[in-house]
Amino acid sequence: MMQSTFPLLSLAIWLPIAFGVFILAVGRDTNPNAVRVLSLFGSIVSFLVTLPIVAKFDNAAHGMQFVEKLKWIDIFNINYSLGVDGLSMWFVILTAFITIFVVIAAWEVIEKRVAQYMGAFLILSGLMIGVFSALDGVLFYVFFESTLIPMFIIIGVWGGANRVYASIKFFLYTFFGSLLMLVALLYLYFKSGHSFDILAWHTLPLQMNEQILIFLAFLMAFAVKVPMWPVHTWLPDAHVEAPTGGSVVLAAIMLKLGAYGFLRFSLPITPDASHYLSGFMITLSLIAVIYIGLVALVQTDMKKLVAYSSIAHMGFVTLGFFMFNDMAVQGGIVQMISHGFVSGAMFLCIGVLYDRMHTRNIADYGGVVNVMPKFAAFFVLFSMGNAGLPATSGFVGEFMVILGAVQFNFWIGLLAATALILGAAYSLWLAKRVIFGAITNHHVSEMADLNKREFLMLGLLAIAVLAMGLYPAPFTDAMQTSVTDLLKHVSISKLH
Amino acid sequence: MNNLNLIPVLPEIFLAVAICAILLIDLFLSDAKRNITYVLSIIALVVCGGLSLGDFNTGATVYTFNNMFVSDPMSNLLKICSYIAVGLTLVYSRQYGLDREMVNGRLGGEFYILALFSLLGQMVMISANNFLIIYLGLELMSLSLYAMVAMRRDHAISTEAAMKYFILGALASGFLLYGISMLYGATGSLDLTEVARATAAGTVNKPILIFGLVFLVSGLAFKLGVVPFHMWVPDVYQGAPTSVTLLLGGAPKLAAFAITIRLLVEGLPALAIDWQQMLTVLAVLSMAIGNITAIVQTNIKRMLAYSTISQMGFILLGLLSGVVVGADGSTTNGYSAAMFYSITYVLTTLGVFGVIMMLSRAGFEAENIDDFKGLNQRSPWFALVTLMLMFSLAGVPPVVGFYAKLSVLQAVLSTGQIWLAIVAVLFSLIGAYYYLRVVKVMYFDEPLDNAKIVVSKDVSVALSINGVALLALGLVPGPLMTACAAAIVKTLAS
Repeated sequence: MMQSTFPLLSLAIWLPIAFGVFILAVGRDTNPNAVRVLSLFGSIVSFLVTLPIVAKFDNAAHGMQFVEKLKWIDIFNINYSLGVDGLSMWFVILTAFITIFVVIAAWEVIEKRVAQYMGAFLILSGLMIGVFSALDGVLFYVFFESTLIPMFIIIGVWGGANRVYASIKFFLYTFFGSLLMLVALLYLYFKSGHSFDILAWHTLPLQMNEQILIFLAFLMAFAVKVPMWPVHTWLPDAHVEAPTGGSVVLAAIMLKLGAYGFLRFSLPITPDASHYLSGFMITLSLIAVIYIGLVALVQTDMKKLVAYSSIAHMGFVTLGFFMFNDMAVQGGIVQMISHGFVSGAMFLCIGVLYDRMHTRNIADYGGVVNVMPKFAAFFVLFSMGNAGLPATSGFVGEFMVILGAVQFNFWIGLLAATALILGAAYSLWLAKRVIFGAITNHHVSEMADLNKREFLMLGLLAIAVLAMGLYPAPFTDAMQTSVTDLLKHVSISKLH
Repeated sequence: MNNLNLIPVLPEIFLAVAICAILLIDLFLSDAKRNITYVLSIIALVVCGGLSLGDFNTGATVYTFNNMFVSDPMSNLLKICSYIAVGLTLVYSRQYGLDREMVNGRLGGEFYILALFSLLGQMVMISANNFLIIYLGLELMSLSLYAMVAMRRDHAISTEAAMKYFILGALASGFLLYGISMLYGATGSLDLTEVARATAAGTVNKPILIFGLVFLVSGLAFKLGVVPFHMWVPDVYQGAPTSVTLLLGGAPKLAAFAITIRLLVEGLPALAIDWQQMLTVLAVLSMAIGNITAIVQTNIKRMLAYSTISQMGFILLGLLSGVVVGADGSTTNGYSAAMFYSITYVLTTLGVFGVIMMLSRAGFEAENIDDFKGLNQRSPWFALVTLMLMFSLAGVPPVVGFYAKLSVLQAVLSTGQIWLAIVAVLFSLIGAYYYLRVVKVMYFDEPLDNAKIVVSKDVSVALSINGVALLALGLVPGPLMTACAAAIVKTLAS
């Protein structure tokens, strides 16, 4: 393990939280502009401090990097222990990166209680970075659960008409899942001789029936978060009702918390149960990819459509994880990062439309390209990314997962590949109905094209989507060692 | 052993003297100067705090009055927390009492006197090492509280609550006494140490012991307010003036915890198997009925009453997961988890009722959940404090309530009762719903009532410290957990 001299990860976690608290404390609704500038400054600084993590990350090193370890709750042997490896490193950066867009997207749109909105998102950003870098079971759980509080408030205060229902459903669903995980964490604590060290759990021998129960407890927590079919029903509600920033963070990062949990907990701690239940997991993933893809096709609400497409895309991720080969697992992680960019961008685009028309109904649009050419270009690009077109980031992950799936079992590969058509269908059909054709009504003809702020935010994401699609090597290189190590570990049975 | 060592009893003696002095001084004060009673009461609490802290720091266990009274780390820690609880209650309820002529006018400063007397009763309960002393403390506390619940004589609901509390409380005391008489008959002693020795020797008539134990546990369950002995809790919480609700829902829980430890763990460890089974039933029923019934409440005090019932269930979970034999650090963690849970629960309750009293004003009781509507627009800071209080009760990190639940759950799992842990977390999920509802009305709804919230400086500071303390304890829960564990280990080792 590489011991870091400067606590970069702590800084990445606590800086945005400190900014958030500061904004909550000093922000006044009478001067929203100062709050906005301060938030933007805070989010950019918080992003900048994560860059040394990429720069100093050693692609070839095994194990955790930037490790920090302090005693926290001595009596239960709980440590404040942080570290990242190839599986988690990019998500730290992605989280800080996306937060900047959330702040920019809210600039003129959020008018009531700006300080609370911005403060909540900055705190949320720090907490999510904490989830990706925690190496202690309780620390992980604390960060994992704490994220619910700001998100609950964000959906409930700044959300749409049915926000109360959506926020409570979101909270209770995810809380339910994580409570069972807590029991599993405590069980592992006693099994491992009073240790909450996640890495120590990786090598802890467990019986098959224990492994299956622990796997299922973790599955409840992570499947709800991902979300996997059939516990996905909170997501469309939460997405539709959340403000644009909330949808972006939900899709781009929060869903990844669950998928990341599979990599950090389920697979390495219960490898035999993972193999044993892989058929079950693959089935659930394929249902998500195909059935939810079909559901996405018939949506009339743009946000709902993208929400369902998120579930389908996350189905690819979990599908990749349970193929147990390099290509598929890496593909899954790449897909997670790419989906962070693409879905974030899609929700920002919908936000742009919604700010002008105050409707998310697909039928209310049509011919947008005629009045908003710049916007149309971005929208089509991101739709292509959503459909997984080559040269966009969406292609890389899905292609790798399908390759891995074919390696695992031809028929599963075939089914997954078929699902790509569905992705293309709902994404492109959405673009067709919204962007192209004749102008359908006079509201559309009155819409103004992107302003500088919107152009900047979509432009940056477009660069990210294309760069990752054309040259994914930096992403895959960084995760190569960790994925190989993980798979090597998972292939060794814990049974004797 | 020194038989008449007065040093360990110094806090109690000081408080008793102070109460009498304050009572006399109050007699000569006009209403305009009634604040002096309040200030003197707070000063008395601070001095008691200093005395108990001195005892706590020695870390010693001292018996006195022929083993009837004990001063050990557990009792001192619990007493310090009780002073804080009663002190905060007095701060929160001053304005509330003034608006309702409860701390001035006809009643004079009796509210403060009775509050301090009930505290004295709690201190005696916490330090008692003898059946009769426990009963003495319990009655001193209860009689003061009965009188306070009835303080607003012209209020029908208050009077009804007082009647109910008195009759059921007397019944519970009767149960407890009956149980004690059985145990006395079987073991021939009222001294807890002697009782423990006699029961462990195994020469005692077992049926009589069990019979006594059943009554003892029922009496304790009444006092703790757990199902099926909980019927008085919602009515009394709702009917009593809010300041009194806090006085009987806050610090007395610590005393009830203490006598449970004294009677069951210290006095009857040989019957652990029996009382652990009884507590399991009580705990599961309390969590079930408390949480499910709380969902449908519209009155926040009533909702909090049911929430208390469920939280007491959680404390029992800790108590039943302790291992009695061999008192080292790991085997006593059930008791220290329950103690940590009780202390943090009391701290949270103080804050919640503090907010309720803050929102009330002359002629208006903030009693319904709807009265919290739009609090975020009326006062963002206190909405945030209430949010932390609610998430603490629900057990969501990073607030301290989570760590309390975590330590109890780990105690439950350490004894291998996985199903009990799963039942507990599932009921916590149900509980989360009604706590969330309070957050929901505060943040998502428009205010019903736009009256400016008038908060006096002392309340504002105390409430802020209370809220921040919950978060700070959540970020750094280690020291308090360690203190609880050390106190329990030392207490049981002696």
